[in-house]
Order: sequence, then structure tokens, then C-alpha cells
Amino acid sequence: MKLRGIAIIVVIAVVVFIYNAAYIVDETEQVIITQFGRIVGTPKKDPGLKFKVPFIQKANFFAKNLLDWDGDPGQIPTLDKTFIWVDTFARWKIIDPIKFFQTVNNRFNAIGKLNDIIDPAVRNFITSYRLIDAVRKSNRELDTREVGLETSETAPRSYYTITIGREKITQGILEQAQPKLAQFGIELVDVKIKRINYVEEVRKSVYGRMIAERKQIAEKFRSEGKGEAQKIRGEKERDLQEIESEAYRKAQEIKGGADAEATLIYADSYGVDPEFYSFVQTLEIYSKALDDKNTLILSTDSEFLKYLKGYAK
Amino acid sequence: MSWDWDKLKQQQHGRGGAPPQMDDIIDRFKKFKLPGGPLIIVVIIAIFIASTTFYTVKQDEVGIVQLFGRYVRTTEPGLNFKLPLGVEKVTKVNVRRIQTEEFGFTSNQPDRGSRFRSTGENTNVALMLTGDLNVAVVPWIVQYRVKNPYDFLFKVRNIRQLLIDMSEASMRLVVGDRSINEVISKRDEIAVEAKGLLQKELDQAETGIQIVTIEMKRTNVPAPVQPSFNEVNQATQEKEQMIYQAKEDYNRAIPAARGEAERTIRAAEGYALNRVNRAKGDAARFTAVYDEYVKAKDVTKRRLYLETLRELYPRLGPKYIVDSDQKNFLPLLNMGNQIGVEK
Repeated sequence: MKLRGIAIIVVIAVVVFIYNAAYIVDETEQVIITQFGRIVGTPKKDPGLKFKVPFIQKANFFAKNLLDWDGDPGQIPTLDKTFIWVDTFARWKIIDPIKFFQTVNNRFNAIGKLNDIIDPAVRNFITSYRLIDAVRKSNRELDTREVGLETSETAPRSYYTITIGREKITQGILEQAQPKLAQFGIELVDVKIKRINYVEEVRKSVYGRMIAERKQIAEKFRSEGKGEAQKIRGEKERDLQEIESEAYRKAQEIKGGADAEATLIYADSYGVDPEFYSFVQTLEIYSKALDDKNTLILSTDSEFLKYLKGYAK
Repeated sequence: MSWDWDKLKQQQHGRGGAPPQMDDIIDRFKKFKLPGGPLIIVVIIAIFIASTTFYTVKQDEVGIVQLFGRYVRTTEPGLNFKLPLGVEKVTKVNVRRIQTEEFGFTSNQPDRGSRFRSTGENTNVALMLTGDLNVAVVPWIVQYRVKNPYDFLFKVRNIRQLLIDMSEASMRLVVGDRSINEVISKRDEIAVEAKGLLQKELDQAETGIQIVTIEMKRTNVPAPVQPSFNEVNQATQEKEQMIYQAKEDYNRAIPAARGEAERTIRAAEGYALNRVNRAKGDAARFTAVYDEYVKAKDVTKRRLYLETLRELYPRLGPKYIVDSDQKNFLPLLNMGNQIGVEK
């Protein structure tokens, strides 16, 4: 009975020891073993079941995977004195857990360090370049043409031309911040600009500018419409005149030709005996031109009445 | 948890020989006179252990198995077995379901989206600077699925946040290189470029996420600017309208004028035919008469003259015959009065 009691105590003690000696390293973790606060051995980066000296040694867990950092959005003036909100984020890793353990110890402290280092770097870069450099990434040709507008003047090209661009700016921020973080066992993987926006007052004036620009384009459309319409009306007038005069010309030509032909015919025919033509034609005119409204006063000298006073003379 | 370690201990001692402690425990258990006997306890324990040795993976999932934290295998859908009592741990990842993140707007789903982002935040997500330094409202959705469950689970902490941040950064990078007009009219182009950019970043970060599609919602200008954009559209319509009205005028006048011109020409042609025919007729008549006249000139001339007079004189009005010797009769004649009476 006594032996059995001792055995139970031994079993429990062994269980507790083993439980304390074993620890599990997850896929996402790495571990540093410390003995009374002093680091012992190399960091355990492989996942799996590990053992340490129970009670004396302590396992300290650190993340091994990619971690996030979200910047504090802030108002920063650009080189061209425009105030913008810049919101950045970054990704980082603990590559040297020993340094990390010695200098910052935990993630919350690390975030503080990242804040202290990345935020000023962002500020430095944003203030050193024009706004357009933070917005654009290339000098790709912008399509500012208005659909349906015949002529559109483009803004001076240099206004939208960048010298380095957003990707190079974030690259620069990364390069500036990276060496300063190495001492904490942190590798900064990348820094990205999540958002850039105008601050409220600037935004209002930008809206004003956009509205003015639109209005001007609208007016241009209207005036183009008017111009186009007038052009068409002018064409109408011209075509009308052209058609009418053309028709008149053709008609006159045709008539002239006909007159000429008729004249020729008459001349050919009547030319044989103009005297006789004159006689016949005159007689015809008499019979057509005179009627009962005409009063005829005839002298007995006339050919017609010459027989009235006798037939021999 | 303590069962876990008992088991472990069993295993370890099992290797070195028969565990004497085990006998003690069993002996102890045997001493207890529980109702139903110790067998029931053993059976209950056995069932409990057995129940943790199998698990099912659904059709659209895979199981990621970790042995003491270390990844050992990926299991396919169906019934699968693992070591019991937490020695092996299974995480099931849905690799087929397409998940959606919304940016710049909230659909009617009452779940997560609305909880994470307020409306004010929403508009800020969508507000972007364009390459010509205008402000555009660009809402979009990202659809994705897990293509590599191992990377998805282990490589990145807070993976959803990374996806959201990266989506925003990529979209802004693309929009930042477009003019406001392009942002509004060429959404497909933007979606394609943003998708490529985002996929590249996610691959670099070993997220194990595959972007299925980026779909642009209705891109627009901010509300205060909206009316002036509409005004441009309206002006475009007005322009079209003015042009069409002018064309209408043109079309109303010109074909009619062409017809009119055609008429003038036809009329002239008619005149010409008329003129020539008449000339020919007149000529023919004259020639015919002349031919006869030539044969008997004098008598024909007289006949023609007299025939005309015979036909003409009866039709004439008052006739006065004045003797050629009587010279002063003529002034006395009241011709005007005479005509007046006749009328």
C-alpha cells in the first residue's frame, strides 16, 4: 500500500515534468529558449514537438510569418504645397528573433518602432516630391479627350509628367526605413501607399475646378453644335442657289438651242420669198388683231374700195 | 490535456518495456467497486479516444494536418483518420468557395462588411485621385479563393487585412495612372490591370490566394461634381439635336429644290419641242402655200388678200368710208362717243 502511494506520486511528478519539458512550435511560430532570462542555444524555427529543461528554461514564442503594420493616416504637404492625406501600410517579418527578443521583445513594441521609423520616412518622401509623383506610377499617355468633342486642348504635358512615380517613392521609403529596422531583427518586406486623398479644403477647391472644367466643356459642346448647325444651314443656302441657278442655266440653254433651231427653220423656209412671207403674215395678223372694237375708216383711195367709185381709172 | 500526456508517457515507456506503473493504476481501478465494473470506464475511455481519430472533409474543402504543430499532410474530401488526443490537429480550408470583398460600397449583406466599415469609411475607400488630379469615386469587388491552403494558413498573419490593403493599393495605383475620363469609361481595362497587379503582390507575399475576378462597380465623380458632368452629357445631346435640326432643314429644302430644278429643265425642254415643232409646222405650211403661189403668183396673191378681207371685215366695228376727195369730214366724227355707246 505504501509502495503504491509512492508510485503514484512518482507518476504524477514524471507527468508534470514531461508536460513542462515539451512544447509545440507551430508552423507560424519560432521559439527562443531562455534560462533564467539568458538566451540558450539557437532559435527553433522548425515546427514540431520540442523539449527543454523543465522549469529552468522558458520558451518564448515569436511569429515567423508575414506581419502587418498599418500606418497612421496623416496630413502631409507635397512639394507643390498641396495638403494630402496619406495612408500607408507595410509588411514585416521577424527574421532575427534573438535581436528582436533583446530589443523590442513583443509585437506591440515592434509596432511602436515601426511607427517611429516608417512614418517619418513617408513624410520625408511625400514632402520631397510633387503630388503627381505620389499619384502616378508611369508617364503613360492620359486620355483626356472628350468623346464627341472635335477640338480639345490638352493641359500642359509637364503638369502630369512624373519624375519618379509612386512605385519608386514607396521603394525609397522602404530603402530608408529598412536599415534602421535591421537592428531590431525586423525585415521590412514592403511599404505601400494605401490611400492618398486631398484634405477637405483642398478637395472643395478641386471640386470647384472640376465643375468649372466641365462647364467649359459643356459650353464648347453647345457652341460646336451651333457652329455645326450654321454650317449645315449655309450648305443648304449654297446648294439651293446652286441647284436653282444650274436649272436656270440648263433651261436657258435648252430654250436658246430651240430658238436657234426654229430661227434656222424659219429662215430656210421663208427666205425663199421674203416679200410673199411678209404678205401672208400681214394678212394673218390683220385677221387676228382686228375685231369689232376697232373702228375702220377707209379712204376710197384704198385698194379695197377702189372699185367703189368705179372700176376703171 | 492530461490524458494527452498519459498517452505520451505510455508510448515512451512502451518502447523501453512493460510499464509497471500501468499495472498499478489498473490495480487501483480494480480495487474500486464501481457499479458496472471497471470495464465500462475502459470502454468509455476507448470510445472517447476513438472519436478523436477520424474526421470528415467536405467536398469543397481540404484538411491540413499538423503533427505537434508541424505540417505533415493535406487530406482530400471524405472520411480521414489522424492520431487522437490532439497529437494531430486538423484545420479545414475551403478551397472551392469564392469569397468576396467589397470596396467603396456595401451590398445588402448584413454580416461582416457592414460591421467593419461605416458609411463614412466607405466613401473614403472609393474616393481616389486620378492621374489628372481629379477625384473619382471607384467602388469595386474582389472575388478570390484559396489556391494554396498551406500558404494561406501559415505564411501570413491577418491575411484578410492584407488582401483588403493590397486591393486598395493596387486599385489606386491603376486609377492613379488614368484620367478621370478613362476611369469612368474604361472600367474593364482598369479591372484587368488591377487584377494582374494584385495577383502579383499576393503571390509575392505567399498568401496562397487566387484572385478570381475584380469587378468594377459604377465609377463616378463625387456627388458635388455630378451635376456638371451631367451637364456635359446634356450639352452633347443638345449639340446633336442642333445638328439634327439643321440637317432637317437641309433635308426639307434640298430635295424639293432638286425637284423644282428638274421641273424647270423639263419645262424648258417642252418649250424647245414646242418651239421647234411650231417652226417646222409654220415652215411646212408656208412652203406648201408658196409652192402653189409660185404657180400663179398674181391671182393667188389677190385671192389671199380678198379672202382675208372677206373674213375680216364683217367682224369689225363701225366702218366709215371717206371719199378721198372729201378732206374735212374726218374731224367731225365723234369716235370716242361712238365707242362709249357701243360699250
